[in-house]
Amino acid sequence: MHLHLIRRLRAVGLALLLTALAGAVSASGAAAEGPARLRLATTTSTADSGLLAAILPAFERRCGCRVDVIAVGSGQALEIGRRGDADVLLVHSRQAEERFVAEGHARVRRDVMHNDFVLVGPGHDPARVRGRRLAREAFAAIARAQAPFVSRGDKSGTDVAEKTVWAALGLPVARSGWYRSLGQGMGETLIAAQEQQAYTLADRGTWLAMRAKLAGLDLLVGGRTLAENLDPTLRNPYGVLVVSAERHPGVQADLARRFADWLLAPETQNAIGQFGVARYGQPLFYPDAAGAGAR
Amino acid sequence: MPGLFAEFRTPELLAIVALTLRVTGAALLIATLLGVPVGALLGLTGRRRRRLAALVLYTGMGLPPVVVGLFVYLLLSRSGPLGTLGWLFTPSAMILAQTIIAFPLVAGLTMSAVAGVDPAVRQQVVALGASRWQTAWTVLREARVGVTAAIVAAFGGIISEVGAVMLVGGNIEGQSRVLTTAIVLYTRQGDFAMALALGTILIAIAFAANVFLLQLQGRLRHR
Repeated sequence: MHLHLIRRLRAVGLALLLTALAGAVSASGAAAEGPARLRLATTTSTADSGLLAAILPAFERRCGCRVDVIAVGSGQALEIGRRGDADVLLVHSRQAEERFVAEGHARVRRDVMHNDFVLVGPGHDPARVRGRRLAREAFAAIARAQAPFVSRGDKSGTDVAEKTVWAALGLPVARSGWYRSLGQGMGETLIAAQEQQAYTLADRGTWLAMRAKLAGLDLLVGGRTLAENLDPTLRNPYGVLVVSAERHPGVQADLARRFADWLLAPETQNAIGQFGVARYGQPLFYPDAAGAGAR
Repeated sequence: MPGLFAEFRTPELLAIVALTLRVTGAALLIATLLGVPVGALLGLTGRRRRRLAALVLYTGMGLPPVVVGLFVYLLLSRSGPLGTLGWLFTPSAMILAQTIIAFPLVAGLTMSAVAGVDPAVRQQVVALGASRWQTAWTVLREARVGVTAAIVAAFGGIISEVGAVMLVGGNIEGQSRVLTTAIVLYTRQGDFAMALALGTILIAIAFAANVFLLQLQGRLRHR
């Protein structure tokens, strides 16, 4: 009786073992076989807005490779690059990008595109900031009214831009009860702003893409389009960084350079400028390298 | 509900479910193959000599998965000691992280189960002239309900885990996106319906796996 049981158990165990081993082997093999894979570390805004899904297939067809998109905050994306764990970065945190280049992790930073930040908040606007020209004025009014404000708090490009405004005002907001640092992505932060009826600084792309789900929030500062945004400090530039192969021998520098060149090529720049126009009535990103092809 | 999956491409969904099962299955298998023998061995040693190991394993059970993820990330990063493997942002890295999370659960709970077997059973088989391996096997079989529970607990722990696999897998579409990281992605985008649908699939898989394991346990018990 026991022998029978043991035999049964062995058979079951063996079957499980073989299945899982096959799974493990195929799982680990998946990375090694097939076309070359370019690793792109980027911000959640380029991925979540749908921009990359719209433009990347053209590059994948041309290079016969696959682009693996790792969508995180700009701070984390730069850190991934700093350790040599990605081949190319598309991020929006100007000063941190320049530091990245100064440290030798990339040779240059090239302008790709820009959009802008907008201040959104509850429709009843308790701090009366609607229609203010400058983010600085609106932030000061929010602080005076002690109205709830939610912050990304994740060292992303948006977070850095927001902190810059507070710093310019000289307001130590971090310890104020009305200021909440979430440590979350843009989408989660907008949802939190809606739930808590709080103000927040958002990139226009994510705001436009998610607006339909945010009925409780209005765009208060920044205008209906980028052209109507009267605050130059709210400009949000995206740069591309090819991770240095001298510094990080494991990276695919050639493929990464081809990707960066393709990103700045006229037809890609055109596609970036067209993205979202049909759906949102305005571009989500504005190309910056129009002259790059001629250079 | 029927329209819920309309905008979701089915092959993509199947790829996510398949990868989830593959990663969690492989991690669970490795953790079981390592954890059950280690747990059994510790369970059979004296209580005083076991104390340090027990402390380590029980601490391991409470280890935050995201810390395991960070550790595996630094280990597999190109600037880390195992960077040349090129495992970071691949399923292999996710299997490694999940194995480390599952191992203390399997080993620790197996140890408790084996230690809880009536010592008389052991003395009896030893008296009948059983070898050390035969003794261990007999005791392990006596403890099978607890050992199954250990595997069930580890399975539930890793299939629902998100922090570690997000960090070491990178949530890359078609490459390292599993159910939990896909749920985070859709939640971030405010697509709660999709996140909820994926959550339902995750719960259904966990339920089916537990039914299977518990049935196996029931069958074993009645023999």
